[in-house]
Amino acid sequence: MTKIGVGIVETKYFTFANKPDEFVLESKEKLSPVTIAYETYGALNKEKSNAVLILHALSGDAHAAGFHKGEDKPGWWDNMIGPGRAFDTDKYFVICSNVLSGCRGSTGPASYNPKTNKPYALDFPIVSIGDMVSAQKALIDYLGIDKLLTVVGGSMGGMQVLSWLIKYPQNIRSAIPIATALRHTPQQIAFDEVGRQAIMADPDWNSGNYYEGNSPDRGLAVARMIGHITYMSDISMTEKFGRQKKDNKQPFKFTADFEVEGYLRYRGDNFVKRFDANSYLYITKAMDNFDASEKKPFHESLSGKSVKVLVIAFKSDWLYPAYQSKEIVKACKYAGIETSYCEIDSTYGHDAFLLEIQEETHLISHFLKSVSQKRGKA
Amino acid sequence: MKENETIKSDHRAILDMVEANSSVLDLGCGDGDLLELLMLKKNVRGQGIEIDEQAIYRCVAKGLSVLHGDIDTGLSEYKDNAFDYVILNQSLQQLKHVETVLFDALRVGKKVIVGFPNFAYCRARLRLFFRGRVPITASLPYTWYETPNLHFLSTLDFLDYCKEKKIKVERKVYLAADKRILILPNFFANIGIFLISK
Repeated sequence: MTKIGVGIVETKYFTFANKPDEFVLESKEKLSPVTIAYETYGALNKEKSNAVLILHALSGDAHAAGFHKGEDKPGWWDNMIGPGRAFDTDKYFVICSNVLSGCRGSTGPASYNPKTNKPYALDFPIVSIGDMVSAQKALIDYLGIDKLLTVVGGSMGGMQVLSWLIKYPQNIRSAIPIATALRHTPQQIAFDEVGRQAIMADPDWNSGNYYEGNSPDRGLAVARMIGHITYMSDISMTEKFGRQKKDNKQPFKFTADFEVEGYLRYRGDNFVKRFDANSYLYITKAMDNFDASEKKPFHESLSGKSVKVLVIAFKSDWLYPAYQSKEIVKACKYAGIETSYCEIDSTYGHDAFLLEIQEETHLISHFLKSVSQKRGKA
Repeated sequence: MKENETIKSDHRAILDMVEANSSVLDLGCGDGDLLELLMLKKNVRGQGIEIDEQAIYRCVAKGLSVLHGDIDTGLSEYKDNAFDYVILNQSLQQLKHVETVLFDALRVGKKVIVGFPNFAYCRARLRLFFRGRVPITASLPYTWYETPNLHFLSTLDFLDYCKEKKIKVERKVYLAADKRILILPNFFANIGIFLISK
């Protein structure tokens, strides 16, 4: 990994489905217009064959790499994107967009509803993972790209990868689902539901109509705290915090004495500064509703498609356990798709997809090289 | 591309058995040397299965498609005749459920290539007979306490088995010290490689 990344970057915006056009969702509800926030790194080659689409997880956004002007925190997958990194911007044109129903520049419940001139709030239609992907497809079309070299993402990003495989297999040459699942189990839905209930139990939530008053920060912070617990592992928490106390002062009742408490509070409080509570509800619901085998068995969707797949899972991930990734692999095997699978021996839990950079870089860079070469041969 | 001199003799024998432009599933593909060779020399469409994580990284570095997993449970999802060849090279003797895997391999592959160390190799016999010690030979290099091998068989044992189970043996290759063995192979060969089918 080189130290110099992509440098200063800027988020761009693509608006489509302007009146009289409408963007029709899988629920048959319509949105108009739709804006998608996106960033790009590197350059599209003449053949337009080197484009990589990065798909973010629940709390991610379009800012995957580099720095926004005046900020000191890089994008969420910065150590994977840049010259000499896994997604080598000297070779590949890297695109990352904020999902539909998000709150980081793309149309979502906090956006203005042109019909009422107020934020949509709960008037915003239910959005599916497939809808997010259709909006990404519109962006890719707008950028003039017919076939992506790969689509890649972890967690909810991985669900979008699976949805790309189902909806637009002819527009991708390969796919990299990481730490994800064909569908949520009741346990995964349960954690999401607790998060949603925390938001909805906050009196400031006000049935979603809070944009002119106080936002439900306490509820959203608790939702994020629950999330963070599920992203770590028993081992990674013990290694990171132990039973360390923050200071030796005589404790006041129920302050954040343990380091882990302080960490969760800090994470929760920070999250509310950049995330919209209603978006959290819509996006987690989209994840819960997703089922790669909903219309037909996933292996049937893959059957006969000429696409290469790299599946990555992590040993200590208990939120998206490796057996769920193996189900994706099984479908690929049954469909006769050329597939690689690696279960990385990590202690980081679900967060590993953001942290096991060395192993992911090795797997992904070589995989992309072989996908690129395959085209050269044909 | 590798020079002929550096190709291991068992790999060369398997290379001879595989037809060009076919599809190959290598069970227990290790670092992927054999698959890489088959892809370079025979333009096969290759897929490997390997249990060792570090070996997975080396396979991926070679541009191979490889699945991290156990062979014993790795075949059931494949359709009948999904591959032209299924290869079990130096992995048969390490399987927990030999019979299940072998029959699944014969279902998934139109043909199966099996390579394993010959326990009845002359040096193994000598060591056992004269020294009263478990054989340690070039093809059986492990001490009793660190061997990954679970099954010990001779080439004749395998042929008996094929006969009993009505498995067709299409080709037999016997090797010792990188040379083909043509006379008394169950005595002089330390590796046997067989091309079999249903």
